[in-house]
Amino acid sequence: MMLREQKAKAVEKILKRYPDRRSAIIPLLWLVQRTAGYVTPDGITEVAEITGVTLTQVQEIVSFYTMFHQKPVGRYLISVCDNISCSLLGAEQLVEHLEGRLGIRAGETTANGLFSLQTVECLGACNMAPVMIINETLYPNLTTEKIDQILKNCT
Amino acid sequence: MNCPYKIGVGPRNYAKLQWRIFHTLGPYCRGVLLYARETMSNQNPFKPVMLHDVDRKGYEPLAEYRARGGYKALEKVLTRVAPDDVTEIVKQSGLRGRGGAGFPAGVKWSFLPKGYQGPRYLVCNADEGEPGTCKDRPIMEKHPHLLLEGMAITCYAIKAKVAYIYVRGEYYTAIEVLEKAIDEAYKAGLLGKGILGKEFDLDIYVHPGAGAYICGEETALLDSLEGKRGYPRLKPPFPAVEGLYRRPTIINNVETLASIPSIIEKGPEWFRSLGREKSSGFKIYPVSGHVKRPGNYEVPMKTTLRQLIYDHAGGIRNDRKLKAIIPGGISTQVLTPDSLDAIADFEGIAEAGSLLGSAGIIVMDETVCMVWVAMKLSRFYHHESCGQCTPCREGTAWIRKIMERMERGQGRPEEIDLLLDLCHKINARSICPLGDGATPCIISTIQHFRHEYEQHISMGRCPFRSTEAH
Repeated sequence: MMLREQKAKAVEKILKRYPDRRSAIIPLLWLVQRTAGYVTPDGITEVAEITGVTLTQVQEIVSFYTMFHQKPVGRYLISVCDNISCSLLGAEQLVEHLEGRLGIRAGETTANGLFSLQTVECLGACNMAPVMIINETLYPNLTTEKIDQILKNCT
Repeated sequence: MNCPYKIGVGPRNYAKLQWRIFHTLGPYCRGVLLYARETMSNQNPFKPVMLHDVDRKGYEPLAEYRARGGYKALEKVLTRVAPDDVTEIVKQSGLRGRGGAGFPAGVKWSFLPKGYQGPRYLVCNADEGEPGTCKDRPIMEKHPHLLLEGMAITCYAIKAKVAYIYVRGEYYTAIEVLEKAIDEAYKAGLLGKGILGKEFDLDIYVHPGAGAYICGEETALLDSLEGKRGYPRLKPPFPAVEGLYRRPTIINNVETLASIPSIIEKGPEWFRSLGREKSSGFKIYPVSGHVKRPGNYEVPMKTTLRQLIYDHAGGIRNDRKLKAIIPGGISTQVLTPDSLDAIADFEGIAEAGSLLGSAGIIVMDETVCMVWVAMKLSRFYHHESCGQCTPCREGTAWIRKIMERMERGQGRPEEIDLLLDLCHKINARSICPLGDGATPCIISTIQHFRHEYEQHISMGRCPFRSTEAH
């Protein structure tokens, strides 16, 4: 009963925003993911209980929205945009470079659990392309040299 | 006749002299001309409203925003203008929705059922996800109070007491900044009960998305906000009649709402004067891709694509040749350099054969393979189709499969027409416009660059593969 015990205030604040508790599902799932690192089965159960819906109704949200992880991800989740504006400026080569540096393919996590790499759709930062997000920080105007520098600081 | 400068004799020397004068004075004259042009056009210059001081570090806090006149427009309407008159002002301004569809904002507001007593909502669509579009992000990250003021004015006009800002999950900074700004506004009595001492109550909440392009479609957004999968709804009923929690709801884009305080402050005539008859005002144009200065440019809507790409964004990188332009986010038809002089407003771009959409301009130089572009975009639509309607769900998957083979050089000659046929069978056959948005990139690249498709097939590989673009 992680949320109701550890995050009681935050839960209450979220519920107060909506006339219908079901609307709180996505914000509560964010809370679960921020606390546990991914959306845990226990978290799903708890969100269903708090919002008064069935487990399936929460699970369908978790699987529909791409930002929710149903399995643990690395401590650093690297999301590289490979949509058109970023790709015009070399995003595909950056992904290859990252794959080489980390020794994993996009969609995988390193054996030590430090890095996960994924490609994502447009991050709405086309004016700074190519871009990536590590956890919650956006890195603009990337080059392979910049990526090496950023990776060095991730330990 | 003698040479007037008395240097040497004969036409050859005269020509040399002309050449010398031209090369010494030429750059100088050009400078004077440019200066004159600049001064003349600056007599009544347009100053950015939404991108004011956009390179600042951090967001503009409440005190700073108020010091330069912020929340004066809200004060004005609360003191002196009746709600319906606010709607009338916005109608007169001709402000059209900045999210992509371009529906007149004031007209949308007037669709709310008259005399309805129950709750009604304003939802700000901040699920900016159309590739090539990055204009709402700086508004939220740098000037959250401009958006909040615009929302407050709108809520007053439509008599809503609760508003939600649906921000896409990836916009971590925007979410954080908006929450801070909302706190500031509550503390200053600009939100909550009895705003500015008047009889006007309003609560604004931020609602985070979690990664789904489809939720930018207004009815999918409502479903998402209600805690469901983002599935677009059949219209009618339109959200203005039956929207969030089946209550009357107005959904407006961030940029639309952020345009409103300036309309109230400077008047609808001023706003109209900045654009043409049917596309009034100013707007942010994100320019990305192969330009020297990618960026967001906020300009009057009279501006041409050429001015945006060559003057504002500095022209094509490495002075290469321009090959193609996507004028309004990837769901709009690709244009060729022939359309450079089109005015970047709703009518101008439509006349050129495309759509203004979200105004996200993507510029591609001569090194780009258009089949590769279409293939990349087909992957996006397949990934983002919500799966509700068969033509879109299955059609985008087929297109993707064919496009991936086509780009590898394994396409078959008859598949070019098959692609067109598929596109026509997706168009207008699904609930929302995602399916319709998936086809312009295929249809227009075939229309303008069919020879590139044919080359891929005849060569058995991508003819651009050895060049720098890949």
